[in-house]
Amino acid sequence: MTLVDDISFAGTRRRTSSGPTGPAVGPEPLLRLEGVSVGTDRVDLVMDVDLSLAPGETLCLVGESGCGKSLTCLAAMGLLSAPVRCTSGRVHFAGQEISALTETQLQALRGRDISMIFQDATAALNPVRRVGDQVAEVLVLHEGLTCHAARARAAALFDMVGIPDPRARLRAYPHELSGGMNQRVMIAMALACRPKLIVADEATTALDVTTQAQILDLLRQLQVETGAAMIFVTHDLGVVAEIADRVAVMYSGRIVEVATADALFEAPRHPYTRGLMACRLHVATPSAGRLAAIEGVVPPPSARPAGCAFAPRCPKAEAVCANRPALLGVGAAQAVACHSIGPAR
Amino acid sequence: MSPGFLTLKLLRGLLTLFLAVTFVFVILRLAGDPLRLMLPDDTPPDVIDHYRQLYGLDRPLPEQYLRYLQGLMQGDFGYSFRDRQPALDTVLSRIPATLLLGLTSFVVSTLIGLVAGIVAALRRGSLVDQAVISFSIFGHSMPSFFLGILMILLFAMTWRILPSAGMGSAAHLVMPAITLGVGGAGAIARFTRSSMLEVLNQPYMKTARAKGVPVATRVLRDAVPNAAIPVVTVLGLRMGGLISGTVVVETVFAWPGIGQLLVTAVGQRDLAVVQTIVILVALTMVVANFAVDVAYRWLDPRIAGAGKEAT
Repeated sequence: MTLVDDISFAGTRRRTSSGPTGPAVGPEPLLRLEGVSVGTDRVDLVMDVDLSLAPGETLCLVGESGCGKSLTCLAAMGLLSAPVRCTSGRVHFAGQEISALTETQLQALRGRDISMIFQDATAALNPVRRVGDQVAEVLVLHEGLTCHAARARAAALFDMVGIPDPRARLRAYPHELSGGMNQRVMIAMALACRPKLIVADEATTALDVTTQAQILDLLRQLQVETGAAMIFVTHDLGVVAEIADRVAVMYSGRIVEVATADALFEAPRHPYTRGLMACRLHVATPSAGRLAAIEGVVPPPSARPAGCAFAPRCPKAEAVCANRPALLGVGAAQAVACHSIGPAR
Repeated sequence: MSPGFLTLKLLRGLLTLFLAVTFVFVILRLAGDPLRLMLPDDTPPDVIDHYRQLYGLDRPLPEQYLRYLQGLMQGDFGYSFRDRQPALDTVLSRIPATLLLGLTSFVVSTLIGLVAGIVAALRRGSLVDQAVISFSIFGHSMPSFFLGILMILLFAMTWRILPSAGMGSAAHLVMPAITLGVGGAGAIARFTRSSMLEVLNQPYMKTARAKGVPVATRVLRDAVPNAAIPVVTVLGLRMGGLISGTVVVETVFAWPGIGQLLVTAVGQRDLAVVQTIVILVALTMVVANFAVDVAYRWLDPRIAGAGKEAT
């Protein structure tokens, strides 16, 4: 446990020189989102997201269901499907503007340089194909291996992600494996070509707590081994605390706070982030007491208030909140979009 | 394929056949005296009695039934009053014609239906999609006798480019095959389309895209095998109706197959022939159902593995 803590601590410290929305100095960011907006013809779902990610870094995207976390990831990979599309903004990956690439060019990147792990692995695997073939397919596609060689590599990957008896499991179908095993298959598939970036969309949400911890450990360990950067989408702050270097909190389609994980847990600034923190269960939470909750619900994208979207639920709302607050830096490690925490205060 | 599965299917198939035989036997006996239809009205009563005894029609119904079943077990399907030969020979002589028409129509309509359904699903909302939907509704709602007559009117009478009746050349096959196949192609296209649409929205399709799999491979390797599972049911039904489905079309186009024979035999109370055809139709249904079950297991490992213990 201490060793693992040291590793993540070292990782965090290495990046404290970075600015809050991304490493302003130091290495060229691996992934950079510039003013990315996602929506349909009628509604905006994600607005003006700026994010960047250094090689090897872990960024957690946090927020309630429907706040646009997954859409932001899909937009970064060019995986949105009609009628939802990227309405504006640019995505740079490894020095290349991938938002300008064609579908065919993106195909070469996906699965090789950027790979994705989905929430419900059992549903995300093709039910009528053997899991081994589904993993081997990536290797055949991107590394030009023969089917035979790809299967052998798939077995090695299964072994790496801790699937017992890998050779036999290659021939299993997803319905014959547990949710945790299927998630391991997904991870093996995602890591097959040693990608530079892994996008994990609620990768542990569908799993029970024990399996969740195992999968998180596995991801963290493999990330250290392969040096891949990771975007981890979750609404579970416990998970964030365990793996994040940096955290972006989203609310109703916008980023409301970005900070290094240390800074965020030490001093959450945005009232929404504070609300999320307050909702967590602590060992110290008295069992008879009521859990804290944020009053109200997330406004639907079609009925978002003109100013700060959180204002109707915010305990600190003022008249000025009718204007949208900009995401401004607070110190070196944090940026917040809230009028109550201006850089001047 | 476990032996238990096979035995169960076989027993169920035999039961179906037995019920079909019994049902037809009873209905036909209740529907009227075959001798009155076969013989002229002024036939002397003693001649009628002679034939009644000859064909065993003077025995009580249960006895006739048991004798008939006993015959079936020995491959004796009865005697055609009309053709004065074993009913089985009469029926078998018509099978090639029906198979030629039925299989041609089945294969062509299946290919058209599958391709149209897949393309429509991939281009949802486009002109192609709307054309496929329209065609499918047309095929579904157009009664085959009407479509047949309409085509005869246009292609045989007005433009004189296709023969209107009979069998002989490939040109003779065109109109009956189209008439027979349009409804099937429409149904298959519609099922394929909706099944594909459902599959295309499944998470594993997004996974395939996120893996960088090219679109053609995604459709053929990931989508189609999943979408095929419900479509197979429709194909099975069409296959089961291969013989019975031709009745109307064969009558309209005077196609010398089983369907036409059935219509004549019913009209003439040629009991043994009708019964043989019904057994044949039931047998096709049973075989088609069995084929569907086997195809399911082949396509969907979740069904095949239902008996196996989960790991």
